[in-house]
Amino acid sequence: MAATKEEIVTGLAEIVNEIAGIPVEDVQLDKSFTDDLDVDSLSMVEVVVAAEERFDVKIPDDDVKNLKTVGDAAEYILKNQG
Amino acid sequence: MSKIRPSKGAPYARIMGVGGYRPTRVVPNEVILETIDSSDEWIRSRSGIATRHWASDEETVSAMSVEAAGKAIADAGVRPEQIGGVIVSTVSHFKQTPAVATEIAHKIGAGKPAAFDISAGCAGFGYGLTLAKGMIVEGSAEYVLVIGVERLSDLTDLEDRATAFLFGDGAGAVVVGPSNEPAMGPTVWGSEGDKSDTIKQTVPWDEFHTERPAKFPAITQEGQAVFRWAVFEMAKIAQQALEAAGITAADLDVFIPHQANMRIIDSMVKTLKLPEHVTVARDVETTGNTSAASIPLAMERLLATGQAKSGDTALVIGFGAGLVYAATVVTLP
Repeated sequence: MAATKEEIVTGLAEIVNEIAGIPVEDVQLDKSFTDDLDVDSLSMVEVVVAAEERFDVKIPDDDVKNLKTVGDAAEYILKNQG
Repeated sequence: MSKIRPSKGAPYARIMGVGGYRPTRVVPNEVILETIDSSDEWIRSRSGIATRHWASDEETVSAMSVEAAGKAIADAGVRPEQIGGVIVSTVSHFKQTPAVATEIAHKIGAGKPAAFDISAGCAGFGYGLTLAKGMIVEGSAEYVLVIGVERLSDLTDLEDRATAFLFGDGAGAVVVGPSNEPAMGPTVWGSEGDKSDTIKQTVPWDEFHTERPAKFPAITQEGQAVFRWAVFEMAKIAQQALEAAGITAADLDVFIPHQANMRIIDSMVKTLKLPEHVTVARDVETTGNTSAASIPLAMERLLATGQAKSGDTALVIGFGAGLVYAATVVTLP
């Protein structure tokens, strides 16, 4: 069953916490991965791959650079999840 | 139809000796920062690299190879004239022909072995190892020298903040010879030509015919795409190599991935779920990314420092421009 946006944000928060050690409560829709959450470009790839597995979605490299905020990623996953 | 006598080789092959050569000049990140806007902290956090070696004019591809090969031959306990094949993997020897392998073979006193260069980027060592094993088991050579050598400082754009800190120079060599016991597992290798633009030379040499490009050719890459492929796709290849050798990660003593970047190595170890007891090569910190030379250089250092020992079971995996890859399980010399 497809995840709701709320479930996606919760899932992303857990992933970002696991990979970058950021507290889950800091991972909010308006937060920028690189500027606010200290997720660098390589960690972002790890976040993306973990999100792909968790939400059954494909996020090509070309699309990754457009995912600036947690909200961007949540919207993308919501639209493209399997 | 005449009956042709088949060739007769050894039952198996093994790595008998290893040698390395690192150029004298050690280049810290401070030197890199003279030409790019970055910081030591940024470089270390993105790559794990603190220093690398850059070759002088005298430390040519041939000269570094001869040094590494001499050590590998001595370590293997064979005589140079017993070497029946010399395989050199490099992308930074700037004389297209003849193959630099012939010059190296001559300089080490190997007599008249089969000698040739191969181009397989950062997977070149594994490609060479696989060819050497085939030659020995097939019977066309008894001992084969496999050399990975690069002067990547010549192909580095010092003004590109994404790659200026990444590359280093050096040579690593092994002697592969006959064995009565299996000591080299099946190679899992391949290429993905649809991704040929992911890591590439900026300008082809023939552009110099028509106009002089503003910059000397350099190696460039799409960092995120390379990272994703290297960590997640190559972890699958590494797993396949373990399965092909009939072992599991628990049976491993040592993991020697291509020394591309510490972040790739760390993520790969995590993805592969390697047990704590497995020693992981992290030579990239002080050697940088030396492409085809990185695996034998890391192997040599692990053995020289006692972090690994002769007889240990090691998983080696190379991956890079092509994209190409090669993974295999070997017994360390």
